[in-house]
Amino acid sequence: MTDQTTQPSVTSPARASKGGMFGLSSKDTTLLLVVFAMVVLAPFILNPFPEGSGLAQFNAGYPDLMQRFVIFGIFAIGFNILFGLTGYLSFGHAAFLGVGSYAAMWSMKLFTLNVIPGILFAVIVAGLFAAAVGFISLRRSGIYFSILTLAFAQMSYALAYSVLTPLTGGETGLQIKNTDNPILSNIPEGEIGRANLFGAQMGNSYEMAVGNWLFTFNLGYYIAAAFMLVAFYLSIRIFRSPFGMMLRAVKSNQQRMNYTGLTPKTYTLYAFIISGMYAGLAGGLMVAMDTQVGPERMFWTASGEVVIMTILGGAGTLIGPVLGAGSIKYMENILSKINKDVLHQWFAFLPDGLEDAVVVFADIFVGKQWHFTLGIVFMLVVIFLPGGLVEGAQRITARFSRKKSSNNTPAE
Amino acid sequence: MTSILSVKGVNKRFGGLQALGDVNLDVAENSCHAIIGPNGAGKSTLLNVLVGKLIPDSGSVVFDGQSVLGRQPHEINQMGISRVFQTPEIFADLSVMENMLIPCFAKRDGAFKMKAIGAVFGEKDMVQKAKEMLSEVGMLEKRDMIASSMSRGDKRRLEMAMCLVQDPRLLLLDEPTAGMARADTENTIELLKTIRKERGITMAIIEHDMNVVFSLAERITVLAQGTPLVEDIPDNIKGHPKVREAYLGEAQV
Repeated sequence: MTDQTTQPSVTSPARASKGGMFGLSSKDTTLLLVVFAMVVLAPFILNPFPEGSGLAQFNAGYPDLMQRFVIFGIFAIGFNILFGLTGYLSFGHAAFLGVGSYAAMWSMKLFTLNVIPGILFAVIVAGLFAAAVGFISLRRSGIYFSILTLAFAQMSYALAYSVLTPLTGGETGLQIKNTDNPILSNIPEGEIGRANLFGAQMGNSYEMAVGNWLFTFNLGYYIAAAFMLVAFYLSIRIFRSPFGMMLRAVKSNQQRMNYTGLTPKTYTLYAFIISGMYAGLAGGLMVAMDTQVGPERMFWTASGEVVIMTILGGAGTLIGPVLGAGSIKYMENILSKINKDVLHQWFAFLPDGLEDAVVVFADIFVGKQWHFTLGIVFMLVVIFLPGGLVEGAQRITARFSRKKSSNNTPAE
Repeated sequence: MTSILSVKGVNKRFGGLQALGDVNLDVAENSCHAIIGPNGAGKSTLLNVLVGKLIPDSGSVVFDGQSVLGRQPHEINQMGISRVFQTPEIFADLSVMENMLIPCFAKRDGAFKMKAIGAVFGEKDMVQKAKEMLSEVGMLEKRDMIASSMSRGDKRRLEMAMCLVQDPRLLLLDEPTAGMARADTENTIELLKTIRKERGITMAIIEHDMNVVFSLAERITVLAQGTPLVEDIPDNIKGHPKVREAYLGEAQV
């Protein structure tokens, strides 16, 4: 929440209003196109190792994980609009994710198994809920604001778990059952309907084998990715807009805003609602992908996760939250699968005694202990790179370009 | 001369302390009115009443025919009163240009407007207006700097430019040279004189430094223990026995 986090990438739209596409500056257009290319080519980029090789363990190009990358990317992009710009740290954003999921689920159970109405419904319901929570929580700022949002999220979790069971399915959550018969979809009696986009099912995949490599192109992933690209594009527009500038003013000096004739609270409330809608979109997409939801999606650890994603990647930067979400989901899914057997295979070339010692040591960082590694990485980033991974990348580029030509001014 | 700001019979108590007692004050349009007084005379309390931060126990404050009592600071700003603080209040993490653009948007779009899609720098009129103001105060070449990295004098200059770009009807200045080095103080006085001469903006200054007061003010009110002691033109204030008493009295204690 210090001013350090806003520095580089947001302060310099001053000289860049020309040369780009889609109403963006040329620098932002480049960023958008790079992200677009990476998202489209993700099945290749994330599967660099051939099947059956020892390193195939590190391949992340399977549909389930790729979907999670982009969905949590959306969640973090939205969170960053609130936290990165205004500095208001919400500790209850998972509530909007959960509410969005339940809303999408009911849309699928009752109306249609087409995912689009479900996702829109999720965004709207999450936005309304965020308006109510934000209106009350924004009566306070700082730690009290954070605690209020946390309290709301935990209340939502507790309600979903108990009193609201008819609506939420309680502990077991909601799934699509063979008794569900959405009025707009024709499901044959006794069959379980599947989420689809105008008939095409989310699970549809096309597999491409090139030599020993296997690449999977999954419809669900590309739908989620399309939403993510739109969400990312809108966030760039918001960052560069007068509204985005006002949000950074909120973080910088509310007193001056008041005496300049502006209402910082209203601006913050709108940022809160928008970021709640992003969370709702993420929640809706989760349901579209795996057609299930449980109350644990709203638990406080889920709210904490998006905070960590945003800070790890770089709060207040455009691409940071996406990087943060990607790194954490990668560690959660890849690091956690490495167990002692795998480690023994890797270090088999070492003498026996040494092999055992190395394996015991390495085991501290992998498997179920992946949280420990995450903790270390997070600490290192916060201490040495307060601007997150983005600041790390910027420092590397700056060093690189300085070496190339010493007359050039360092990169921003 | 018509008065733009008129304070009548304002009282404010904090517990047992009478901070303001029956304050009457008129600021004439297109003038520079200074409010001086020893420490604890109630200058800051009066200023806070004027900007809506404090509500007096009784009395009225009328600006341009409308009461300001009970209004929020942002509403009072929208009525046309801008305030310069004792320590410059600027958007320290933002660039100088953005610091200028925010008041421009506030003036044009009001207290809140959802403009989340178009780019800030696509608003050519606003950018033009901000640039003109910056060059008027001689800071145009610093427009890409982050505001926090500037000197104290420049921050003060920026804050004034932020107020002026809104074309206020009344500019309130709270000890604009407090804690400044000699050179910065001189610069600030010059800047204020220029603004006063070229823009004809009505100013009310609360000030400790007599040098500043006598080189700027056209009319002076001396406040002591929450009550106006004298109000007159600077030349008559200088040797006024009551004023000497108030200041010397303080010195003897």
